[in-house]
Amino acid sequence: MKPAPFVHHAPRTVEEAVEVLARVGHDGKVLAGGQSLIPILNMRLASPAHLVDVNAVSGLDDLTVTADAVRVGALVRHARLEHDQVVYGASPLLRRVVRHVAHPVIRNRGTTVGSIVHADPAGEMPAVLALTGGVVEVASARGAREIPCHDFFLGPMETALEPDELAVGVRFPLFGATTGTAFAERARRHGDYALAGVAAAVAVEDGVVSSARLSFVSVTDVPGILDVTEACRGQAPGEIDWSACDDLVREHLAPEDDIHATAEYRAMLATQLAHLVLAEAATDAVAAQGDSAA
Amino acid sequence: MSEPVPEVLLDVTVTVNDVPRHARVPARRLLSDFLRHDVGLTGTHVGCEHGVCGACTVLVDGAPVRSCLMFAVTAQAHRVATVEGLGTVEAMGPVQQAFTECHGLQCGFCTPGFVTTVTAYLEDHPDPTADEAREAISGNLCRCTGYQNIVKSVLRAAEIKAEASASEGPAAGSTA
Repeated sequence: MKPAPFVHHAPRTVEEAVEVLARVGHDGKVLAGGQSLIPILNMRLASPAHLVDVNAVSGLDDLTVTADAVRVGALVRHARLEHDQVVYGASPLLRRVVRHVAHPVIRNRGTTVGSIVHADPAGEMPAVLALTGGVVEVASARGAREIPCHDFFLGPMETALEPDELAVGVRFPLFGATTGTAFAERARRHGDYALAGVAAAVAVEDGVVSSARLSFVSVTDVPGILDVTEACRGQAPGEIDWSACDDLVREHLAPEDDIHATAEYRAMLATQLAHLVLAEAATDAVAAQGDSAA
Repeated sequence: MSEPVPEVLLDVTVTVNDVPRHARVPARRLLSDFLRHDVGLTGTHVGCEHGVCGACTVLVDGAPVRSCLMFAVTAQAHRVATVEGLGTVEAMGPVQQAFTECHGLQCGFCTPGFVTTVTAYLEDHPDPTADEAREAISGNLCRCTGYQNIVKSVLRAAEIKAEASASEGPAAGSTA
């Protein structure tokens, strides 16, 4: 349970970091919070020859709220995202979700960007990035680029990030005033990997649903958006039978059997959670509009 | 994957319980092993080494962190506090005293991780309910107690802290 030897790089700037990544290529791995990477190293599931420890890189720990997004730098720990009041005011969904990421002690060290780059299908933050239509900001010696989340997640634990690239931040776009959000997941114990989790964003305009979208944790290979608007458009939130979305949800899911639950159980659970979060998000949308009207 | 990398030793200095501690260690030295093997502070216990059990929890700049999921070389920029820094046999910290009073430990293996976690928790949540106390320790595993007495210990520690600050005025004997 000890990592294999590696060369430790401690760059101070993004330029230095990407220069090292360009040099070491596939033999390199970026270390930020390490709450997923170090267990993998300890168990020797991976033994990269070079670790590029970005913890001392300046300019990566900014957490900012702009008019249209929450931007999270690569060194922002989950705990900071969770507790920031300005972020909560702009996007309550982020706090609701990040509280489900492991335990508080893990959130003190683990980073939100790291969680997204890790691209575990059981990760909560990739699902939120998908639901919000977020963007990953990337730097490399070749230049900067931005990768929209629908191009970023390629498969379980696989992203569009090239070996010489460093994710320097992500942006979670904000929803408009007519949209409510909700998140729910179920695990054997709080803090464990979820058996299934669902995030919802529902827009209500003139008293009826105008759009409804979902993203999932632990029941799809890659986080993506499922648009269920066609099953509920034009209906008043209190009168919707959300099971009308079930066929769309089932078709979207690709759950797997493991020791914790069967694929069928996960699918059933995700379908039920979808009802729950769709209803909550619709209520949230109505309540938010009531607040602003009052 | 790649070719094996020859071991290179680095000079690493980590401030532990307010004392700078130096050792020549490989980059792969976990903070937990640095504390135990290189510094000789064996109060920090190593259980699962993948972040699940919580026995190795230490305070990094006052916040609880798994020392098995951090490299010593990365910890150099921070202040680390271990269970040894939270009190002595003669002058126990409030959490240590509460665990003693409430029989919050049996074999004691997991206890250092609970003490560090609860110490930090009570700084931010001075008056938890039993449910909140249970949630606060949800990231630490104990295979002896069934947690009942640990929950009581958390509540008792909050009482002891409140009594101490009421009788001694502000900031008496606070820990990192």
